[in-house]
Amino acid sequence: MIDILFYVFAASVLISAFVMVISPNAVNCAMAMIVSFVGTAALFVLLEAYFLAILQVLVYAGAVMVLFLFIIMLLDVDKSEKSYLKDKMTLGASIIGFGLIVVLVCSAFLGGNHLPEPSLLPVMENPTGEGVGIPFTTSTKSFGYSLFTKYMLPFQVAGFLLLAAMIGVIVVSKKNEPEQG
Amino acid sequence: MTIGLNAFLLVSGLLFAIGLLGVILRRNTLVIYMSLELMLNAVNIALVAFSRYNGTMDGNIFVFFIITVAAAEVAVGLAIIVALFRRRQSVMVDQLNALSR
Repeated sequence: MIDILFYVFAASVLISAFVMVISPNAVNCAMAMIVSFVGTAALFVLLEAYFLAILQVLVYAGAVMVLFLFIIMLLDVDKSEKSYLKDKMTLGASIIGFGLIVVLVCSAFLGGNHLPEPSLLPVMENPTGEGVGIPFTTSTKSFGYSLFTKYMLPFQVAGFLLLAAMIGVIVVSKKNEPEQG
Repeated sequence: MTIGLNAFLLVSGLLFAIGLLGVILRRNTLVIYMSLELMLNAVNIALVAFSRYNGTMDGNIFVFFIITVAAAEVAVGLAIIVALFRRRQSVMVDQLNALSR
């Protein structure tokens, strides 16, 4: 039963991503992208990463895509970009490159000589982790535990990165002086 | 669930390939940017699958940081695109050829 859910959500992720790439209208692209992100969140649920699934819906499908739609609406670039189909050289080259990567990925993960298949380990409810490896749990508590012990430095660097991004956005989106035109 | 690790990695690789196709093929800067997000997302799927099948939490924490960095990156990138549009009145990459003239 859960296997069928995997196939459904994987197909919806891939199909909506492809629709996003080929759709000429930017708003339709953003809508297909939201479907793809929600499908990814469903795959996270199947992998029992519930916190990341919620984070994916809130941050990606919520905040990021709303920002994208807002900018698309603000810039009004809705001229139905069809010109990417006219350049036969770019079209052919990108399709050949895409096909090569698809062949590579399929031969790596579909054939007989793929990676060994580990079986699913049992999931613990609560983090017991002291030591180097923090075991996989479904609880949000283990995120907090990891962030404040093993990943303290990356956590603080991420905080500074957010501060730098905020200052950068303010500086970049300031209005130019009129003589620069 | 009898789905193995390789199925998740296959989905992740195909999603990455689709994102790369979008980056190469499209002309609209906003759509190229969305395709970049798609590629980050593909990597997220692979990391969560590795984390689940390996039985450690590190992949999940890494995805947490990737989501943080991607949110900051989207904010800065869209601000740059808006500034670009203000200067050049266009976001199509084939019209942004100021260095070749």
